[in-house]
Amino acid sequence: MTDAIIRLDAIEKSYHTADQPVLAVRGVTLTIERGEFVAIMGSSGSGKSTLMNILGCLDRPTAGCCWLDGVDVSHLTRDEFSDLRNRKIGFVFQSFNLLARTSALENVELPMLYRRTTLSAREQHEKAMRMLDMVGLSARADHTPSRLSGGQQQRVAIARALINDPVLLLADEPTGNLDTRTSVEILGIFQRLNEQGITVVMVTHETDVAAFAKRIIVMRDGRVRSDLPVEQRTNAEEELRNLPVEPLPEMSA
Amino acid sequence: MRFRVIFQTAFRALRRNKMRSLLTALGIIIGVAAVIAMVGIGNGAKAQVEEQIASMGDNVILIFSGSVSRGGTSSGYGGAGTLTLEDAAAIKREIPGVEAVTPEVQGGARVSFGNQNWSTRLNGVSPEFFDIRRWTFAHGGPFTERDVRTSAKVAVIGNTTALQLFGNAEAALGQIVRVRRVPFTIIGVLGVKGASVMGTDQDDTLVIPYTSAMKRVLGTKTLPRITLSVEKGRPLAPVQEELTQLLQQRHRIGPDRDPDYFVRSQEEIATMATATSKVMTMLLGSIAGVSLIVGGIGIMNIMLVSVTERTREIGIRLAIGARGNDILLQFLIEAITLSSLGGIVGVGLGLGTAKILSSAFAWPVSITPGPIIFAFLFSAAVGIFFGFYPARKAASLDPIEALRYE
Repeated sequence: MTDAIIRLDAIEKSYHTADQPVLAVRGVTLTIERGEFVAIMGSSGSGKSTLMNILGCLDRPTAGCCWLDGVDVSHLTRDEFSDLRNRKIGFVFQSFNLLARTSALENVELPMLYRRTTLSAREQHEKAMRMLDMVGLSARADHTPSRLSGGQQQRVAIARALINDPVLLLADEPTGNLDTRTSVEILGIFQRLNEQGITVVMVTHETDVAAFAKRIIVMRDGRVRSDLPVEQRTNAEEELRNLPVEPLPEMSA
Repeated sequence: MRFRVIFQTAFRALRRNKMRSLLTALGIIIGVAAVIAMVGIGNGAKAQVEEQIASMGDNVILIFSGSVSRGGTSSGYGGAGTLTLEDAAAIKREIPGVEAVTPEVQGGARVSFGNQNWSTRLNGVSPEFFDIRRWTFAHGGPFTERDVRTSAKVAVIGNTTALQLFGNAEAALGQIVRVRRVPFTIIGVLGVKGASVMGTDQDDTLVIPYTSAMKRVLGTKTLPRITLSVEKGRPLAPVQEELTQLLQQRHRIGPDRDPDYFVRSQEEIATMATATSKVMTMLLGSIAGVSLIVGGIGIMNIMLVSVTERTREIGIRLAIGARGNDILLQFLIEAITLSSLGGIVGVGLGLGTAKILSSAFAWPVSITPGPIIFAFLFSAAVGIFFGFYPARKAASLDPIEALRYE
């Protein structure tokens, strides 16, 4: 296990419903190395969301061990989980989950406010501006989410996810609410970030979307059904050239 | 998370729902304003009473004749007429430390001048009365011992009575008024004294020698009251004790007979009067305090609504790394900000109300920093107390559930 960002060992997760316990994840063992771009696929009920929550330190497995960046996270407290999410994981959600009536810049700054070692207000501001610039939205820093398109909102969310320099970017159906062109743009950003060395784990149920990743893990009934590298990987830039209308917005850095 | 940021977040959240924030804070605003105004009025009344008592003399002892009850009807204090002029003389003669003594006879009397007439309180006293009561003269002066000896038909008039009969106080001097058909010459006009502790207008009076009052006007031989002053710096209690002994002896009060008089010092009356206004102040203050608590419940209610509404926001904050305590603090600070702002506005409103009441109704209002600080701190405490439960509820949300919340 050379440089594993994530190592799961016989992870199980059960929920207690009214009548009987439901086993959502039944023994998943897998390793994700630094610099990978993994798509987790599966139909609803396959356990991929539960697995995602465990990877994101939002939930605890009922059995098994989980290492994130070399740390065993199976027995951490609620606060330690919070800190881990803050420093090591960046979340991108299907529904963007930006704070309403809050400017793009302030949304990007938000994770820095919860850091245990805080930066000065100016440093935070500058860093947030750099991140917005990277996703091509520095011109709209003062716009609230309601004045941004879906694609722009998701790019703000990506900037927010990256602000604390996480080791892992977790995306839960990041293109689920976007049209084809915008989806490809967002996936293009993921590909570029991955090329820069950021590990990306993305949950999706669309094969087209998964094809942008380097490795696809398919879940079914709480187990890993297949775990294969992508042979014919889709390149976002090429794809965009084939799509009509304007090109991918300029990205610096 | 830095406090500055937390406060910014709180202010922003409150600004977003301006109307709701205002209505929520209104409970606190009204509560604090009520506390400030009520305590101000209560303290004002107390201060006024204390001032009046001081102006009346804190070295004064009053002896009242006992009451008689006949066939179930009680005459009230002074009705029995058990005190006599001899008692007054004996007190002056035998009790050490007594500075001045005046017998007092009182009665209502219709006083007329020309075609004007006015019903006032007739007070028959000795010249010492004016010293004991620390009553100054606006015009003219008091009658003398000689006037008392000769039952002279001279009178000193109170400011209110003078205004009623003559239109202005100075014009009264030297005029002849009729008291129950007996003519009296006005030789002095008293200075203004205002309302008494009991609320009666002390300036509505006509003061004449007690001999004149007893013989010429009221036709009584006994006294309802004897008033005396004690020498400066001498404690009242021993004098009161000796007075009681003297009167027991003179009135032949034994263990089998209740006294037919009672002795009260001005101090005791003052204590009673201030105690009453103190109770009033506390009562008004606690009613206002109840409204503060009601206001606090309003805050709790709206904070609970707010937590539910912002479940998703809480989920986002938790997901990106906020600790439970960060969320707790955020909502707690919001509640405290709301209640403290309410407190500040309430203090302003209370001061304004007190000012309006004092100028509109001429009520004495006394505002001290104490109640202001108390009311403000109490409102902040209300925010902490009633904000804690909603804040803890927010902090203990499960991030997964919260993110899924629509």
